[in-house]
Amino acid sequence: MSDPVIKVQNLGKLYRLGEVGTGSIADDLKRWWANVRGREDPFSTVGTVNDRTSKDGESDYVWALKDINFEVKKGEVLGIIGRNGAGKSTLLKLLSRITAPSIGSISIRGRVASLLEVGTGFNPELTGKENVYLNGTILGMTKREVDSRYEEIMEFAGCTRYADTPVKRYSSGMKVRLGFAVAAFLEPEILIVDEVLAVGDAEFQQKAIGKMQDVSKEGKRTVLFVSHNMTSVKSLCSRCILLNNGTVVINGDTEYTVNEYLKLGKDEAISFKERTLSSNQPFIFTGWEVVDKKLGNGTRVRSKSNFIVRISYLANLNLDFGKIYVAFVICDIYGQVIATAHSEYSGKSYQLNDREGQFECEIKNLPLTGGEYSIMLFCKSSKFGNLDKIENSGLLTVEEIDVYNVGKQTKSKHGIISLDQDWK
Amino acid sequence: MDRLKESYWDQVIQPKRSLLDLNLREVWRYRDLLRMLIKRDIITVYKQTILGPAWYVLQPVLTSLIFVFIFGKVAKLSTDGLPMFLFYLAGITMWNYFADSWTSTSGTFRMNAQLFGKVYFPRVVVPLSKVIGGLVKFMIQLSFLVVCMLYYLVFEDAPIVFNWYMLAIPLLILISGLMGLGLGTISSALTAKYRDISFLIDFGVRLFMYATPVIYPLSSVPPEYQKLVLLNPMTSIVEAFKFVLLGSGSFDITNLLYSAGFALIVLVAGMIIFNRTEQNFMDTV
Repeated sequence: MSDPVIKVQNLGKLYRLGEVGTGSIADDLKRWWANVRGREDPFSTVGTVNDRTSKDGESDYVWALKDINFEVKKGEVLGIIGRNGAGKSTLLKLLSRITAPSIGSISIRGRVASLLEVGTGFNPELTGKENVYLNGTILGMTKREVDSRYEEIMEFAGCTRYADTPVKRYSSGMKVRLGFAVAAFLEPEILIVDEVLAVGDAEFQQKAIGKMQDVSKEGKRTVLFVSHNMTSVKSLCSRCILLNNGTVVINGDTEYTVNEYLKLGKDEAISFKERTLSSNQPFIFTGWEVVDKKLGNGTRVRSKSNFIVRISYLANLNLDFGKIYVAFVICDIYGQVIATAHSEYSGKSYQLNDREGQFECEIKNLPLTGGEYSIMLFCKSSKFGNLDKIENSGLLTVEEIDVYNVGKQTKSKHGIISLDQDWK
Repeated sequence: MDRLKESYWDQVIQPKRSLLDLNLREVWRYRDLLRMLIKRDIITVYKQTILGPAWYVLQPVLTSLIFVFIFGKVAKLSTDGLPMFLFYLAGITMWNYFADSWTSTSGTFRMNAQLFGKVYFPRVVVPLSKVIGGLVKFMIQLSFLVVCMLYYLVFEDAPIVFNWYMLAIPLLILISGLMGLGLGTISSALTAKYRDISFLIDFGVRLFMYATPVIYPLSSVPPEYQKLVLLNPMTSIVEAFKFVLLGSGSFDITNLLYSAGFALIVLVAGMIIFNRTEQNFMDTV
């Protein structure tokens, strides 16, 4: 039925690591000289992939994206998923022509509008009306197109009464609504969207998701949708691409790809053994465990129970760290933060007296339902700011128990928080 | 199948584009954006001030008055027998259009990094909007200048002769606008990469004015230095502008052709450099 509207071939993007500063003019000249002689770029070492965990790459240059190939057909809603730093944003930037690729090509048929941010180019001094026109034309509409949709845009945003008020007097929510409204009435053949749905109040989010669904059901427009929110990816996308370390790992149907993405998160838990102290890392976490009265030491606790968290560290005591604060953050497997146990909340700070040691925290009556949760560790000092942060430091397994003493277990579709409840 | 044909795709994004790929068709498609940007610049200028658009006139008037005092009364520089105020005002009006075109476009990448990082449109629309928008300010100042001329003509009996050369004014504007655009786009690429250059430009443009016959007539320059001053492509423009309006100065076709040629060369160079920067600018900020 449908013809391809986007065709990506051997696409790659090379980035230079570190600051663009001393030496870059010299590098520029070397590069230019190699280019003039028709030689290969001396700074693009073949084979270096975008892998932030390996610190000892041979080159200062890194492929943020490499060997990307895919096609998108007319009317498809394609989800692009991947962990932070997998190359999603770079891919969007290339597709929306914000920056040029280093190799490869992207062929496009039809008009593209990218929505990487709402309200791009809003000027606080201008009125709502003037900003709608400015923003609309920045996004590629003509004045006449904005004219014909102006009433609808203002109504959708709920800003009709404030059309002649300067945007600097708008609340931040109103600004977001107005920005999204302009974007929602864009009518390009290809729309590129980046997580804008995560903004605005609940009512407006509903509206926004509804609008996206309308767009995708019409089947006329092609949408590329980048998000961390697997729920909206599942409800909107017909197909997904999973990026990891700058390459396409999976290109398949949504259900399968999302599941592979979740597995990837579990596999990628950091290994504490590989971490060492260094001059720019004078403090590291070396592990954590939980102690549950019944289940013992490990990574398993029971729902609704009291347990102890033990976080161990290694520090270079030649430095005076001042006061230290530690946090144990519970996230869902998508990386969304659920709850934080922060020593600052209990007014507790630590002084480091030993090179190795442990922080302890008791968590009472854990209000989470059964399942797996990802743990983030974080530490800051009053002198140096952030000392260490590990986003995916392993999984905490919460065992489901008969919380309500009725012989039934809570179901995962009933949410992740277990309420204290008493029905009369 | 037709998808194999090259013409199937509207657009192919590749690492390298040809040197002078201006893509004028696309710029034309974004003409409404050009208009909105000009409107925005003009509206925001007077929205933030008490006197509003009056500043467009006040600024050259105050500068001229100071010049009258310093260069006219204290240093006693020649103004070719013209009323000092008119002489300076005319010079400043023409010079400012060029200087504003240059400095306002030189910040294109630096000032719009946020915007350029989020959405694509032909970047050249931004410097174009500055140069075209500058015309509004210039026209207001020019009208004020004409009013002043009439005043001097009627009440002071100044030796002003209106002549047919006046028709050349649009040409003078075009040349200085394009020259400002060319120098500005070259500067914008430089400031995008090495920030300290922006200080150099602000400072340099101000100094450059003294190498241009704005506060003195070319005729008062010693003959051995005249060639040097004429190397400055703005010299013949400012001289011609004073000539067509006030009847003093000089109108030299050869020198004007030199200025036009210079403008064309910097414009082409500017566009090539701008194109290059536009593609990879976002990676350096």
